[in-house]
Amino acid sequence: METGYDHQSYPVCMFPPPRTRRCAINGNGHVADPRSDASHRGSAIRLNDVVKTYGSAGRPAVDGVSLDIAPGEFIVLLGPSGCGKTTLLKMINRLFEPTAGTIRIDDMEVRDLPAPALRRKIGYVIQQSGLFPHMKIRDNVAVVPRLLKWDKKRTRDRVNELLELVGLPPDAYGGRYPNQLSGGEQQRVGLARALAAEPSTMLMDEPFGALDAITRTRLQDELHRIHRQFQQTILFVTHDVEEAVRLADRIVVMRDGKIVQVAAPLEIVSRPADDFVADLVGARDVLRRMSLMPVSAATEPIPDGVEDSEPTISGRAVLRDALGHLVDSEAARLVVLDPDGAPHGVLTLASVQRATSMATSEPTSQVTEVHRS
Amino acid sequence: MDLQYLQRNWSVVLDRTVEHMQLSLLALAISLPIAILLGILAVRFERLRFPILTAIGVLYTIPSLVVLVFLIPSQGIGNRPILIMLVIYAQLFLVRNIVTGLRNVDPATLEAARGVGMTAPQVFGRVWLPLALPVIIAGIRIALVTIIGLAVFGGLISAGGLGRILFEGIGRNYPSMVLAGIIAITALSLVVDLSLRALERLTPVSRALRSGR
Repeated sequence: METGYDHQSYPVCMFPPPRTRRCAINGNGHVADPRSDASHRGSAIRLNDVVKTYGSAGRPAVDGVSLDIAPGEFIVLLGPSGCGKTTLLKMINRLFEPTAGTIRIDDMEVRDLPAPALRRKIGYVIQQSGLFPHMKIRDNVAVVPRLLKWDKKRTRDRVNELLELVGLPPDAYGGRYPNQLSGGEQQRVGLARALAAEPSTMLMDEPFGALDAITRTRLQDELHRIHRQFQQTILFVTHDVEEAVRLADRIVVMRDGKIVQVAAPLEIVSRPADDFVADLVGARDVLRRMSLMPVSAATEPIPDGVEDSEPTISGRAVLRDALGHLVDSEAARLVVLDPDGAPHGVLTLASVQRATSMATSEPTSQVTEVHRS
Repeated sequence: MDLQYLQRNWSVVLDRTVEHMQLSLLALAISLPIAILLGILAVRFERLRFPILTAIGVLYTIPSLVVLVFLIPSQGIGNRPILIMLVIYAQLFLVRNIVTGLRNVDPATLEAARGVGMTAPQVFGRVWLPLALPVIIAGIRIALVTIIGLAVFGGLISAGGLGRILFEGIGRNYPSMVLAGIIAITALSLVVDLSLRALERLTPVSRALRSGR
């Protein structure tokens, strides 16, 4: 059964594969080797005890955050509004300066670079696209290459390439203005603009927050595809749990300026660190939890042969859909298909139970401990 | 009233019109740098905004003839007092529209401009100013049309311009001459107004907004 959950391939391995080459930010203000697509890789980012206090008094917006991000990792900062996730993001490209602590990108401290030069190397995407309304789509995408003083031909070629990449044919869209585009199309342009100089780091601040559900899902898939292709390090801010689970290698849950839990999506859902995280992701509701867990979490090896008549489910689906399908088809098991449509495992009611119950028993005891201590 | 004076003396009327335009443009040229300075101060420093806007608002409420009479003892007669008066009156439209235009630009757009790596001057020159330009040009248009109208009073204190024809016609009880002055001043205002409106529509942001879906 093909469901609405059309993740290209659910990240079974929640951590990205080791990177062989790095694209370091070098001293002359350019991203190393920006022409060869396949070669560029994400930066390592290290936050060390970062604090941000606005004004003189009051509780810090970001309160002692330390985090190591591997090159090419897709990190989602998740939390309610006011938890400091956007502030944290904006300190990385120095739109805000930390009150204390250090931020390093590939072993270079961000405050050692002039802010404009730093920002040209970091892709930045915000909600409502932040496009420049008086510039044509082509010129919006060309902003960073022009700041970097690329020659005309290289800029033009890059703009066309990027518009193709985000699914907007340059001939049809290049000459239009942002207000002639739908919200989803504008956000694609925003993504293309951020990717223009092949940044090794991308900062995304609720980029899909204002889009309808279908457009959002489509753009999440596009972003996932682009990330797999280019393997930038991405920091993505959202308060949408499903979005976080779909996109993240690791989710960073924040509350009141502090990190509450850092873990792979499956672990956040199945082993929330405390009541706050459990409530945030809705982990106590079994069906909700199942809607956030991939079929792969309950897939077991095929014990015997597979018959053609057996019901199947895509490995991209979530457990909730699998359960529905299992009940609906009145079969004892579902055959899980890999992206090529070949059977690669089976899923039974018992395996679904095991996958989800492992989730319930432990965290509840953990939760009580956390809150009593 | 007839067109007799205009027909017989069209070259005089033309000379006065050119003179009038020169006087008005000179007043605008002096006004603009002052207004830009005041406008930027008012946008940049919130504490100055209210005092600046209030001060030029109060100046504008003083009747123009009173200002002129007030200036004559120190400035004498001729173009100088007229220019000073015009510069004072132009401030209201110029500063107000500069402030409104700049402040109406979405802060998120400006942050995006900084976020992609523009320096402060680049943010101003490539994003902020272009987006504020239609409103600023509208201010210039209203200011210039106002200047052209007020410059007529120059005719009372032997400054140049169409005021001479107008007030001389009134003094000599010569309706045809007055009519020639009225026609010239109206034509001048219309031409200036229409050309600046056209300029407004040529700005990138106006073109973008006009493009529609």
